[in-house]
Amino acid sequence: MKILGIRLPGMSSLILWGLLWEAVGQSGFTFFLPPLSEVLATLFAIIGTPAFQKALSETAQAFLAGVFSAVVIGIPVGILMGKNRWVDELLLPWVNIFLSAPLTALVPVLMVLFGFGMKSIIITTTLFAIWIIILNARAGVMQINRSLVEMALSFGASPWDAFVKIYFWAALPEILGGVRIGVIRAVKGVIIGQLLISIVGFGALFELYSANFLMSHFWAVLIVLFALAFTVSELLAGLERRVAYYAAKR
Amino acid sequence: MDTHQTSNEHGVAGTPAVSARNISKTYGEVEALRNLTLEFPHGQLTSLLGPSGCGKTTLLKIIAGLLEPTSGEVEVNGRPVTGPGPDRAFVFQDFALLPWANVLRNVGFGLELRGMAASEREAIAEKYIRNVGLAGFENSYPHELSGGMRQRVGLARALAVDSEVLLMDEPFSAVDEQTRRKFQEDLLSLVAQENKTFLFVTHSIEEAVYVSDQIAILLPRPSRVSEIIRPQGLRSKDVADIRRHPEYLDIVDQIWDSLRSYVE
Repeated sequence: MKILGIRLPGMSSLILWGLLWEAVGQSGFTFFLPPLSEVLATLFAIIGTPAFQKALSETAQAFLAGVFSAVVIGIPVGILMGKNRWVDELLLPWVNIFLSAPLTALVPVLMVLFGFGMKSIIITTTLFAIWIIILNARAGVMQINRSLVEMALSFGASPWDAFVKIYFWAALPEILGGVRIGVIRAVKGVIIGQLLISIVGFGALFELYSANFLMSHFWAVLIVLFALAFTVSELLAGLERRVAYYAAKR
Repeated sequence: MDTHQTSNEHGVAGTPAVSARNISKTYGEVEALRNLTLEFPHGQLTSLLGPSGCGKTTLLKIIAGLLEPTSGEVEVNGRPVTGPGPDRAFVFQDFALLPWANVLRNVGFGLELRGMAASEREAIAEKYIRNVGLAGFENSYPHELSGGMRQRVGLARALAVDSEVLLMDEPFSAVDEQTRRKFQEDLLSLVAQENKTFLFVTHSIEEAVYVSDQIAILLPRPSRVSEIIRPQGLRSKDVADIRRHPEYLDIVDQIWDSLRSYVE
């Protein structure tokens, strides 16, 4: 966007919203919303503390492990579903159910099955992310140009060759789109897991701060979390743009 | 290219390199091919010509091993076809290039699938890229090339695997008219130079007469070979003179006479 002939960088509107936040906070309208400047000051104060570092690393571990399993399981399953009608008929109802199901309600079941530790949190994270990754990989494979597959077969491709040299690459734009949305859902999953299963990581901080009405601490952690999720999602969007040159020409 | 042999381990000029015997293919209720028998002489170009829906692409894909016939059998140099094989290479109507790979990798892709080492296949790919006139475009991607250049890539890929039989499915139908004419001339010199058997599917009568040693006319629903025409005096002519030759004009007319009733 341009104002008075000056090109504004992306998301300049955030400055406006930040000013509004500061104004509302300064007015003392509600204790729930301290001024942004105070939140930022708290943020820089706590970011180096061992408690925060520990929360960050616990959350990052669960998040990365959960996303990793969702990607490593989800992409091949999605490709298989797109390739094979039988697999598709078998799995599609479940994928659709879980995609729209209120997964939070399943968390107690996971706790019974897998205990109160890291394992359950990771599985929760995976469950939040995996379904959209599967569906997108499937959609990517289903729109694949048939003659690319025939070409590979006619030159003697084994099923494995076709899988890694044709299907994966042809579906890559959709796969990356699915991973990006899945990662955003995984952030939700990891925090819900940390709040419901065992009070660790950022979940523990949220719990601690809100229970003690430390609102500027609460908002500071939330800002960090938003920023992390946004950065990961933008990195993936960047990757998506790198394959966009052939997405329209398959 | 040096002088080619008239006889080698792959067969003798004039003998069938590919024979299709009693081929039938049905898709559920639809009978695409019925009891079709056809021979493709070694070292020559045979066109499959007919109106759309006459099963010519189906036949080509059966010979490629991409489709299984409902009954009947295909032999390539006496060996029955059970699937795709290194003795046949396919040129696709829509080029079927990997959009995420550059020209060099696309041309070497057939060799890559055969497990050839990268340096070796790139040397071969580079040679065929030069042969089809694309030198300097090795690192370009398909979306940066024109339709004609893309099909040159498809052709180079098929030539690079050095198969005895080239299966071409309407290879020039997606390129513009001028490019198509140039392709047709190039194809004639390719047939003359390479000791290969060409199977060429087309719906253009003029194209078939121009490039073929043998034209098989297929009639639709269900498809069978209605006529085989072998132009006699066209091969010895200069490429620029073929279209003015009386035999060329006669054959074009003759084919149109037999096909016109099938065109609604």
